[in-house]
Formats: sequence, C-alpha cells, structure tokens
Amino acid sequence: MNRESSTRAPRTDRSGTANPPSAQPGNGAGLLFRIIPPGLYAGRSHTLIERSYLVNKRAWMQVFSGFFEPLFFLFSLGFGLAQLVTTVEGPGGPMPYAAFVAPALLAASAMNGAVFEATFNLFFKFKYAKTYDAVLATPLGPVDIAVGEATWCLIRGGIYAGGFIAVMLGFGLIDSPWALLALPACLLVALGFAAIGMAAATYMRSWHDFDLVQLAVMPLFLFSGTFYPLSVYPGWIQAVVEWTPLYHAIELMRALTSGYVGWGALGHVAYFVVMACIGVVVAARRLGKLLLT
Amino acid sequence: MTDADVTDADVTEPDVTNADVTEPDGAGARVVGPWRAALLVVENHWTWYRRNWRATVISSFLQPVLFLLAMGVGFGSQVQVGEATDGYRYVVFLAPALLVITAVQNTMFESTWAVFSAFKWQRKYLAMVSTPLTSAQVLYGQLLWNALRLAAGAIVFLGIAVALGAITSPSALLAVPFAVLTGMAFSAPAVAYTATREKPDSFNAIFRFLVMPMTLFTGGFYPMSQLPDWIHPLAWITPVWHGIELARGVTFGTLRLLPALGHIAYLCALIALGVLLGRRYFHRRLAV
Repeated sequence: MNRESSTRAPRTDRSGTANPPSAQPGNGAGLLFRIIPPGLYAGRSHTLIERSYLVNKRAWMQVFSGFFEPLFFLFSLGFGLAQLVTTVEGPGGPMPYAAFVAPALLAASAMNGAVFEATFNLFFKFKYAKTYDAVLATPLGPVDIAVGEATWCLIRGGIYAGGFIAVMLGFGLIDSPWALLALPACLLVALGFAAIGMAAATYMRSWHDFDLVQLAVMPLFLFSGTFYPLSVYPGWIQAVVEWTPLYHAIELMRALTSGYVGWGALGHVAYFVVMACIGVVVAARRLGKLLLT
Repeated sequence: MTDADVTDADVTEPDVTNADVTEPDGAGARVVGPWRAALLVVENHWTWYRRNWRATVISSFLQPVLFLLAMGVGFGSQVQVGEATDGYRYVVFLAPALLVITAVQNTMFESTWAVFSAFKWQRKYLAMVSTPLTSAQVLYGQLLWNALRLAAGAIVFLGIAVALGAITSPSALLAVPFAVLTGMAFSAPAVAYTATREKPDSFNAIFRFLVMPMTLFTGGFYPMSQLPDWIHPLAWITPVWHGIELARGVTFGTLRLLPALGHIAYLCALIALGVLLGRRYFHRRLAV
C-alpha cells in the first residue's frame, strides 16, 4: 500500500501547502535550533502526519488489528495463567496475576508498536518507496520528516494504548486514579522507542538487519519483568535488566495502574526523555546526511 | 544435510534436460520426475539459505529458546506444580507444546510473505515454470523446503530444551515429526491461500487473528480446562491443538492409539486440502 500511495503523497502535500512556503524556521524555538541546524527544519512536519493519515486510512485493517495483539495476550496470559499463579509480588505486595501482567503488556505493546512502525515503515519508505526523496522536493526538511514520523507513531501508539487501558478498566485491573497518567506515560515510552527505532533504521542496509531489531525487541519483551517479578533472577541479571528501557516502562506502568507511585517514577520518566532526545537528534542528523548529500 | 546429494544432481541435471529438449520430437515433451523436480526447487532455496542462514537464526532458532527461558523457567518459577501442569515442573509441561507452537509460527513467514514474493516480487516461480518444472512441482518443492526448515528448527529446539533440562524423556524425539506435521498442516493451506493473493495486505491479519490466537488459546501454556467452554470447539479446528495433544502425549507417555490416529488424520487432511487447492491455484497462476 505504501508503494502506491507514495506516488500520490506529494500531490496532497502540495495542496496542503498552498500558502507561500517559508523555508525559514518559525520564531521562538531557540533551544531546538541550537541542536538542529535551522535549514533542516521548516516547521511543516504536520503535512507528513497528514500523509501518514491518508495512507493508513486505506490500510485501516492493519492499524485496527494491531490493537488485538496485546489484547489476546492479556486474555490468554492474564486469565489463563492466572489459574496456575494466583498472586505475584508486585510493587505494593502480592497482587493478582492479571493485574500484574496487564500493565506490562501495555508497556510492551507501546514499545512494539513504536519500534515496528519506526523501523519497518521508515526503512521501506526511505529505501524502496523513495517517499522522503519526494518529500524533500517540497518545502520540508529532514527534521520535519523525523518529527512528523515520530508524531505519527505516537498517534497510532496512543490509540492502541487508550483502547488497552479502557479494556483494563473494564476488567477491573486498574486500582488507582494514577492510571489517568498511564496514557501520557505510554506516549512518552512510545516516543522514546520510536526515536531510537528511527535512528536505528537509518543505519540499516537491508531487510536482513531487521533480525537485529528482533534480537533487541524480543529479549526486552520477554525478560524485562513482563511475566514475572525481577526477583526471580540472580543479582547480576537484575542489575543488567534495570538498565534496559522496557524495564523502566513496565515499572512505570505497573506503579501507575496499581497506585504505588513513588519518586522513582520520575527516574523512569527521565530515562525516556533522554532516550527520545538522543533518538530524534540522531535520526534527524542521519536523515539529513543520507538524503541531502 | 541433503546438500551433497542435491548439488551432485545439479551438476548432471542440466545436461540431461538439455539433451531432451534438443531432441527433434517436441520441446518439453519429457519432464523431470516429480521427486527430482521438487528437490530442484528445494535446491534453489538451499542455495539462497546457505548464504543467508544467519538472517533466520534469530527468528527460527533463538526466539523459541528465549521463550522457553522466559516463560518456562522465569514464569515457571511462579507456578505451583500440580494437577494443572500434569504434575510436572512448568518448564517440562511447556516444552513439548512450545515445540509445536514455534513450528507454526516459524513457518508463517515462509508460507505467506516468501511465497508471495516468489510469485510477485522476485518472480522466482515464473522462472521455475519456464524450465521443465510444472507448477505442481514448484508447489511440492516449496512445501518440502518448508518441512525441512521446520524439521531443522524443531531438532535444534529439542536439543537446547534437553540441555536446559526441560525435556527428560527420550520419547520426546517423536514429538519432532508431530511438530513438523502440525507446521505443515498450517503451511500447506497457507501457501495455497497465498497463491490466490494479489496484495500482501492480509498476511499481518492472518498472524494476528489466526496464528496468535491459535498459539495462545489451544492449551499450550495452560490446560484447556482453564478456558471458557465455548472456546474449546474453536480450538479443535486448529492444527495447533491437535499438534499439542500429540506432542505432549508422546512426551509424557499418555497418548492413546485411537485419539492419536484421529489427530494425525486431521492434520494429514489439512495438508491434503492445502496441496489440492495449492495445485489448482499454482496452476492457475503459473500456467502459460
């Protein structure tokens, strides 16, 4: 679908930018432009989001079906395995298994969605569909591409997360009003992973490199305390896991949905803020280098 | 494994066929035998695979092992051993089922994306039928290759599971052919279906709505009795449930003859259906 729609995209972009194009950055974005050279950013990333929307509107089934993957996991593991394991050691003492695993699946689906959207789709559009070559022929810069694509990942991830949280609420798996913050937290997590995924996608040579993405995502999904508490591991593995991103995401979600929120939550948030900043800057620079030279 | 035989055949094969074709009484009158033809298709895959196997190591060999470690050992540490796990440690309970589940998941890509690509993007099948191979032989070769990949994945997984102490009974070796059978019971209909597709749009949906539920809700991770009753008939339709019954039964020595024959018959029927439909669709798409 991407391939066909890519030929159509520039047309919609152009119609979206009917006003005289201003290649200069808007005023009052000081810090951003100290990190990112101004010629790379035209403040028009919203047109790329519009493009993503138009493309995905025609492949709505793919978007829609992504919502069911964590849901199946939740039903199967949360309610099936709950018979084998009655309570697990959670943040505030023993908790029912379904309530333990649900926030972890929420965090994992935020990661999965963001990483796959950012790597697979970006790589396809970049390398095969040549979408970004077309985009750069319009008044958009590489930073617009990076910001636009990352935002689209967030919108998509946010829809999934919102639906999943609603299901959790329906099944009585949420114990605290702190869970209101779970959606923004999901978006932050997704942003961190999307940014790093985009940066990684710019280094990929062929489809074979996606097995490396798989190699990173799969162990994160399985070993970050998703299905069982970290205390199962010997000390040194615990120390390693505590450095990995999904662990922080899961801890954050679990704290928010169970209501045991401490100052440590800010540490988790900071982890993803740093991750997102590094990812966006690297991705924008790399895209600029690859597309403009 | 079949490397040596197949490459030897390759050296002599072109001469033989060329000799046939240059005979005056009609080009393509004599075709290669069905087995030889299927092996030639397998060889095509093998030639590619020999250079690119590294790309598949993670998805076909490492992933099931990581799953066994995380779910079997890690999650298993939380499980009370009891009736629900047939009295075994959880990792022992899980291992034979995981063998079957990963077989189906592993063959998913080979049966959809890879076949679609061979039709549409690489046009490999078109190249094949322009030789003395027939469309049906191309199908047999593809299925044979899928089965070989499945067998290799299952054997490696079994070896690692033994090393991790997740499999203790020697009869688990019989679970390998059952896992391959189950994988093919999914693969053959999937290949046939793919042959009818003009766009790859539905493959993700197949994974999400067929393969995922098939692996999550068919008693692999916990006994079916934990699930609501209305799910049971749905599970019986899936090849995975039959495969898990066979693999777990043979590993724990609880398999009875009649149910076993029933499971095997069902899986074989799915394969036969896939081959029959596949023959028709391959012919329709590849015949000139």
